[in-house]
Amino acid sequence: MKNLNTLAIGLAFVTFAAGWYLGGSNDALTITSSSGGKSYSGGYEAEQSTAAKGSGAVKLRTTEGTTHIINPGDSIQAAVELAVPGDTIQVMPGTYSETVYIDKDDIHLRGVIVEGERATLDGLKTLNDAILFSGNNIIIENFKIIDYKGNGIMSQAGNNFEIRNNLIIDTGIYGIFPQLGKNGLIEHNVVSGIADAAIYVGMSDNIHVAYNEVFDSVAGIEIENSRHAIVENNHTHHNTGGILAFITPGLPVKDTYDVIIRNNFIMDNNTPNFGAPGSTVAGIPAGTGILIMAADDVVVEGNIISNHKTAGILITDHGNADDLTLDPESDPNADGAMILDNVMLNNGYDTIDAVRAFALTELHTGDIDIFQIGPTEGSCINNRHRYKTVGVSDFTDCDFTNTDDIENYLLAGGAEPRVILPSERGEIAYLGVCTGCHAYAGRLIGPSVMEIQALYADRPEALVNYINAPIPMRDNYPEMPAQNYLDAETQLAVANYILKVGN
Amino acid sequence: MHPSIVWVRDLTTLDEPQSTNHLLHLIYLPSARILSTVNLNWLKIYYFTYGNIERAEKYDLPSFRGKRNNNKDLGLKMGEALKYNRRHGARISAGGFLFVGLFLVSYAFAANPNIQLSDTCPPSFGLSEDNRCSLRHMYQLYDSLQDSGIGGLKTALPKARDGFTPQQIDLGRLLFFDPILSADNSLSCATCHNPAQGFGDGMGRSIGIKGHVQMRSAPTLWNSAFLSSFFWDARAQSLEEQALGPLFSANEMGNTPEQLMASLKSATAYRGLFKQAFPDVATAMSVDHVITALTAFQSSLVSLNSRYDQYAHGYHKALSKNEIAGLNVFRSFVARCSQCHTPPLFTNQQIAVIGTPEPEGLPRDIGAQQTFNSAVLRGGFKVPTLRNIAQTAPYMHSGRFQTLREAAEFYTGGRGHAVPEDEELLLHWHISEPNLTSDEIDRLVDFMKTLSDQSLIPTTPAQLPSGLPFKHMENMHEKS
Repeated sequence: MKNLNTLAIGLAFVTFAAGWYLGGSNDALTITSSSGGKSYSGGYEAEQSTAAKGSGAVKLRTTEGTTHIINPGDSIQAAVELAVPGDTIQVMPGTYSETVYIDKDDIHLRGVIVEGERATLDGLKTLNDAILFSGNNIIIENFKIIDYKGNGIMSQAGNNFEIRNNLIIDTGIYGIFPQLGKNGLIEHNVVSGIADAAIYVGMSDNIHVAYNEVFDSVAGIEIENSRHAIVENNHTHHNTGGILAFITPGLPVKDTYDVIIRNNFIMDNNTPNFGAPGSTVAGIPAGTGILIMAADDVVVEGNIISNHKTAGILITDHGNADDLTLDPESDPNADGAMILDNVMLNNGYDTIDAVRAFALTELHTGDIDIFQIGPTEGSCINNRHRYKTVGVSDFTDCDFTNTDDIENYLLAGGAEPRVILPSERGEIAYLGVCTGCHAYAGRLIGPSVMEIQALYADRPEALVNYINAPIPMRDNYPEMPAQNYLDAETQLAVANYILKVGN
Repeated sequence: MHPSIVWVRDLTTLDEPQSTNHLLHLIYLPSARILSTVNLNWLKIYYFTYGNIERAEKYDLPSFRGKRNNNKDLGLKMGEALKYNRRHGARISAGGFLFVGLFLVSYAFAANPNIQLSDTCPPSFGLSEDNRCSLRHMYQLYDSLQDSGIGGLKTALPKARDGFTPQQIDLGRLLFFDPILSADNSLSCATCHNPAQGFGDGMGRSIGIKGHVQMRSAPTLWNSAFLSSFFWDARAQSLEEQALGPLFSANEMGNTPEQLMASLKSATAYRGLFKQAFPDVATAMSVDHVITALTAFQSSLVSLNSRYDQYAHGYHKALSKNEIAGLNVFRSFVARCSQCHTPPLFTNQQIAVIGTPEPEGLPRDIGAQQTFNSAVLRGGFKVPTLRNIAQTAPYMHSGRFQTLREAAEFYTGGRGHAVPEDEELLLHWHISEPNLTSDEIDRLVDFMKTLSDQSLIPTTPAQLPSGLPFKHMENMHEKS
């Protein structure tokens, strides 16, 4: 945040005048009670989830599949490979050193805890990641994960996940890192000793982070380029920064908005920054309780934020942050910051020069609970007189006092996969796969579709059998590769389609 | 590996091949597609043994001329040669491709100025009632977060450019291969974007008109229909805007709009072709129509059926253990490859400053700094797709790295290790110190090779409407 210096000097004169004027105009305090008032309605469209809220994020199973029991000496991955959607893998206490990757849907991976003994994934400081998953409806719970170099638990584009009750210690860059997915619950995890963020929600939607303890990391909990996220009831302490909601420019998903940070214990996050050079978190000043950078519509409510030397809540635009790339598609301003009642104690007591210099332009000296810099619109704060503030003079009073109406932003029943009619599915597979080798009339590489239609008229199942395990039927034709990577539904759809398609 | 590889030689300058190495200079096509689109008079089939010609048979084909479906005998003959070549170990490895069984098809033509443009869409496209080709691919079964077209295995792609007519696509194909597009008829689009070289040219820096060496390499055209910005420095926002660049750059194709249209109008065959492709307009021959046709053709260059894709759709046996290990290195947060080369397109289409070295003796290419007039983007380039990457060595914007392995190794050399002391670059945050092992680098290479799929490679036209000879063989360099 070195840039703060330069900007502070540039704005000094203008803000000095404004600060002087406002400084004398707060005789009458507006006092708002946080109980019983109007609730925030949230940016998330309530009509998108009409069904009753469940307690979790994964789709409820109608039938349970097989439960695979894994004992020390067995390979968890081997069980994943055997498992089919609907199965549960139970890992007994003991130590396992492997990378587990789940490229399947609906697998529940559960450690079993026996008298405090956990199934432990030990990366031995040589393995990259403990658990990777890309499937939907995945549960990962009850593990102890130590000494990996990359991530403890990472998902890429998995929807409907629950990551629960894991103990994650020194696993490299991120402890828990869901990315590019929708509808996830991260709760009751204890994560520590992480070089970037203990819990990092990146480019995701509808995420709930609750009841976690995160400490001894650079960033405690980070909501980056994500929407509809709630971070509540967490204990984040002894990190460089406690809880972050921001936009990293230069990522393919461009915004962060609709984030609620409430009822967290955010304490003593003064650990010197040990983030990797160039990483976004390397710019977090040690001693930051909450950082909001360029994110919009962030509600901060009911937190206890204490003992942060830079500031309790730091709100900035991209322009005042250092070492960021240029991204014309990202809105650089933090608009719609909404500060409701929080308990703030002993913050900003030894702040960074840039913050101190800007504070001086408002004639503010001493501790700082809330610091805001950069253009902002639609921001509000209740009971501002309680806090030591810099840069919030343009904030209005909020027209609500709590977020009680919003339980969570999870999608009831889980995010639905794309609905594809069998006819569409058949057409997609026919054109997307088959036409590479089969022309309607005449040989391309394989025989013509007309020939296939003559051979398999009214027998789509026989055609399915053939494409699953093709055997050479014609001399001088190359062998057809098996199409068994298509699921059964798609195979039948394409067989039906190919038997009736015209030129 | 393609089940059947056929090599076709430029008919106008046909030499007898001496060995399979010689055939590296040829273009390959799936067999029957030639037969269905070309009027063959004769065909030669070469039988190879361990790279050398064992014997050749000339096969007279008067009966096949112009007939699409009646190629059974020829197919039999080719199949026989394929089996023979397989038995006798005629296989060579070229640019990561394993060719099994090689045929050389030579052909001669009756002069035919009356070319009919295709009235069917290329494979993977469905023809709509109003004569438009719309793309279908397996990733249309999935969604992506915020419709971003990035994610993991079962994730939707970005929306593709499609909706062109079969005739526009076919006209674009003819124009693409026709050197009439350059000022002195010395280069076609295919000169630098050669289908046989992954739509690149095998060079670190491409060579334009009159031997002008370009600053950067020719990017692949595979899957360009899915991109939202073009050129290494992201200075164009559409395929149309992109096409204007090389056409009218003095150092590339060196043409002017006036001269281009004059040349095309003087080539009689093109008049009829433009009318077929743009029947609803009074004057169908304009730069805009040329650009539309080129865009239409490029939108058909789709590669989404690699072995990786089979894995992604759920068939886990499609990849070997080593390749899966490579996938896991690729997506791990140690190597972080997938953070920018994000599936399913294997690019997130953003600008990244990664600090690769320029070729010896060349100044720093400022890249996207120019486009965005921003010093923080100095040395930044658009993240390229990795699909068919094994086909497009050398690597990076100016081809500093000869092999995939060297390219992958760059990322583990340490943040900024190749940035000169006096150079100030704001390196991308994912350029870190992953300390990958030699084994892990090998696995990454294994994995990248699974992203190859050239099954929808377009057919080289049998002849060009201009009557000019093809110009996309000259630049081909042998690959080791």
